Amino acid sequence: MIAAVLAARGPQVLDAWVTRASRLAGDGAAELERDGTAVLDALRTALSSDGGTPDLAPVTGLLGDFGARRTRSGDAPAQTAGLVLALREALLTELADAGEDADRFEVAREAGRIVDELALGSFGSFLAGREEVISAQGEQLLELSTPVVRVWDRVVAAPLVGTLDSARAQVVMESLLQAISDDGALVAILDITGVPTVDTLVAQHLLKTVAATRLMGADCIVSGIAPQTAQTMVQLGIDLSEVTTRASLADALAMAITRVQAHADRSARR
Amino acid sequence: MSSVPVVRIRGALVAAMQEDIDDHGALELADRLADAVARHGATTVLLDVSAAQVVDSFISRVIVDIARVCRLLGAQVAVVGIRPAVAITLVELGLTLEGVRTALTIDDAMNALEEGAGGNGWHT
Repeated sequence: MIAAVLAARGPQVLDAWVTRASRLAGDGAAELERDGTAVLDALRTALSSDGGTPDLAPVTGLLGDFGARRTRSGDAPAQTAGLVLALREALLTELADAGEDADRFEVAREAGRIVDELALGSFGSFLAGREEVISAQGEQLLELSTPVVRVWDRVVAAPLVGTLDSARAQVVMESLLQAISDDGALVAILDITGVPTVDTLVAQHLLKTVAATRLMGADCIVSGIAPQTAQTMVQLGIDLSEVTTRASLADALAMAITRVQAHADRSARR
Repeated sequence: MSSVPVVRIRGALVAAMQEDIDDHGALELADRLADAVARHGATTVLLDVSAAQVVDSFISRVIVDIARVCRLLGAQVAVVGIRPAVAITLVELGLTLEGVRTALTIDDAMNALEEGAGGNGWHT
């Protein structure tokens, strides 16, 4: 029934939809018409296939792309959803003139169900696109936020910025150990100036990293503990007495250079 | 499988664990190292594990035991060349090789040795 109406009065439905939609969107009637044509064609194909529930996936896919494009050009998600839902009005107007009076309620219900499904589907694919962007950004952030730099001959430093959670602590540990191995570092400096809070969990991560660098045969110095942070750590009962700590990165670097120098002197004497 | 060669360099004994060392091989190495330390009166044992991709809890316990035994016999033990992945695994297992000295390369280990016990560059 709906398929028949779409086949017979497709242009009218499209016209009504585009008119309503462009009132909502405020621009780009030509673009809306092109997208609308594609969607209605796909919908007709989906509905005219025989037997069972129609497969709306291709239509939803089209609408998802459409939604993603609208969002990139600065539309609110609600506005995009409004554009899709405008199809209901357009469809119902045309259906009102077709078929028997008695069938109309059923047909209207079916049309409403289809449009709802389309709106939900397009919203779903819109959200999936969002999630993808967010997780990609999360990964980028993880890479960006954990650089390990070689600051002196056989000295590497990892300036940590931001909250240290388990995932980041793991990345920091891996890249620091890899840098020690690659550069043959004797001293590794872990600078936590940019870490806002050090709680027991963060301290746990720090201790693990220090233990791992020790296993690799390098000294680890933790620097940049702010006075306030130091007080909090003492109040929390965090014990870093096993770890060499310095107030600033400069102090830690001075200590590291002394150590490397002593090592070089021994080498020269041998 | 072939046993791990133990090489004598000046006062030090150097043993390099192979990639595929198993529990039996590790125990056998511990025995031979103890014998060699006693026989040669070595003051230092360097255990190079850089070939090992995997060091499990058993092997790491054997390493700690080797260190204790050698100390009783008057020699200090350094574990050399632990890989990053192995270090992470050991720390996650809570095995920090307490009481065993570590160095990145044999060269670093020999270098630090010159200073004797307690010198910079050593970790106990």
